Amino acid sequence: MRITEKPPARVLIDREAVAGRMGFRKAVNAAFSVLFLSATLLALLVLGVLFYRIVSQGFGHLSPAFFENFASRMPEKAGVKAALVGSLWLMAVVAPVSLILGIGTAVYLEEYAKKNRLNDFIRMNISNLAGVPSVVFGLLGLTIFVRALALGNSILAAGFTMSLLILPVIIVAAQEAIRSVPRELREASYGMGATKWQTIIRVVLPGAVPGILTGSILALSRAIGETAPLIVIGVPVIIQFLPAGVLDTFTALPMQIYDWAKRPQAAFQEVASAGIIVLLALLLAMNSVAVLIRNKFQKRY
Amino acid sequence: MVQVMERTRERAGLKQTAAPAVPDVRPLVYDTKLLNLWYGNHHALKNIDLPIRENEVTAIIGPSGCGKSTYIKTLNRMVELVDDVRTSGEILYRSRNIFDRNYPVEELRTRVGMVFQKPNPFPKSIYDNVAYGPRIHGIRNRQILDEIVEKSLRGAAIWDEVKDRLNTNAYSLSGGQQQRICIARALAIEPDVILMDEPTSALDPISTLKVEELVQELREDYSIVIVTHNMQQAARISDRTAFFLSGEVVEFDETDKMFSNPEHKRTEDYISGRFG
Ligand SMILES: Nc1ncnc2c1ncn2[C@@H]1O[C@H](COP(=O)(O)OP(=O)(O)O)[C@@H](O)[C@H]1O
Ligand SMILES: [Mg+2]
Repeated sequence: MRITEKPPARVLIDREAVAGRMGFRKAVNAAFSVLFLSATLLALLVLGVLFYRIVSQGFGHLSPAFFENFASRMPEKAGVKAALVGSLWLMAVVAPVSLILGIGTAVYLEEYAKKNRLNDFIRMNISNLAGVPSVVFGLLGLTIFVRALALGNSILAAGFTMSLLILPVIIVAAQEAIRSVPRELREASYGMGATKWQTIIRVVLPGAVPGILTGSILALSRAIGETAPLIVIGVPVIIQFLPAGVLDTFTALPMQIYDWAKRPQAAFQEVASAGIIVLLALLLAMNSVAVLIRNKFQKRY
Repeated sequence: MVQVMERTRERAGLKQTAAPAVPDVRPLVYDTKLLNLWYGNHHALKNIDLPIRENEVTAIIGPSGCGKSTYIKTLNRMVELVDDVRTSGEILYRSRNIFDRNYPVEELRTRVGMVFQKPNPFPKSIYDNVAYGPRIHGIRNRQILDEIVEKSLRGAAIWDEVKDRLNTNAYSLSGGQQQRICIARALAIEPDVILMDEPTSALDPISTLKVEELVQELREDYSIVIVTHNMQQAARISDRTAFFLSGEVVEFDETDKMFSNPEHKRTEDYISGRFG
């Protein structure tokens, strides 16, 4: 086609009007950046106040004795030993149970399950489960593990209950991590005659590990701070011995803190704050591990 | 048309490919008979009949969306990874129908290697990439693995470039090198056939040339099916060409014949660049 004379282009944009609106657009832009900054500052401020209050109140009470003593009626003798050890026991049950079930479910849903109505329904409801209040999971645990399976208020019963509570979060995180492994890598593996299992264990899971671990550790740190399910299950507070096995009764940090905080004596507020520092330190340690893992395994696809 | 082709070959610096002296006598590797394939309701392959012969390069050309990838993925049943795929007809590989109910798919895929459009090395070391296939088939002996890795990398003409850094991540290589690693990875399972789906479409001209030369060399030992949307490439490197159009094989012939004297108008239109 030969290019003949072009008709003059009609001007559709009125440059002057555009320039006139420029000032207003810039003002709106600036207003929103201030708004978002203040939202962030407010959050930081609240966090700072909380942190200051707790550290200033509880720091004085942190001593080796605090870690060596059991609970006591006298604030100066009250210690966190049973609760800290109990929380660690709880994690020892929750971590393997929720990881195995959670990753297993995610692998099934992403790699094995065919796309059909039933599976879509399951997928959708797992996300919904993540929004169910923890008290409800406590009641579920009370009915099934404490009563029906007669586990009583043992570490195992509480561990199973907590696992159920965080399972949906772990499943969703693992599903996302598995989905983020490029399809081309699976194809490469299948294309060389690998079975589904070999592909999962050699290609999919190694690629998904950072995402799975990051999500799981965040979920686990939620489990370590949850109180409601423990209360519903009937986990005691005053305990003068350490559990010897998973079928023993126990207490956990949030329970202990809750108990101290509701006592009338002012001195117990300090003990509660010291307990909170221990809990926060534990959470911080777990989250740092998550960050470390994420940085170390970061994949470049 | 012949002249154009020969010129491109010369420019590419490739050896003139000798057309099979006595056509149709080489043994069949694959024979496709009345193959139909549907994605859900979409009829993607229609009545395909296509023989593929030993130690030949068979090119598949056609406009995008005509079913080239679908066909090549059917040859090793990778297409079944897509939900909701149905097929009818037969594909005989070494005289056995691969759609037979208890045909061992994994075994088929160890006889038939595949190279994909986008280089897709694993995020592992070069060594582990190439050793992946042998390892999943149970080879643990380090000495044998070493040998396989070297042989495959040499086979893919990349040994000299990577021999000093077998333990570095394959992602640190250039796209063209990655693709040759992927070819080496396919060679490592000592296949009979190599399927290549537009292996050079993501590569620069120099890497493309290397891969094309490699295909020429590999033909000595393997049977190759290569999808390409580049007609010059098909002309340069293949012995036979199949022209696909909306899921059908319009024409299948010796490459030289097809490019010089196509039988069908639609083939001629396509290879002369009138559409596609
Ligand atoms: N996974 C899939 N699901 C549904 N339709 C598909 C799928 N893959 C390809 N198709 C369709 O099948 C036809 C052939 O696709 P493809 O084989 O990829 O073409 P080509 O490789 O020749 O470009 C296209 O119309 C495409 O839309
Ligand atoms: Mg394609």
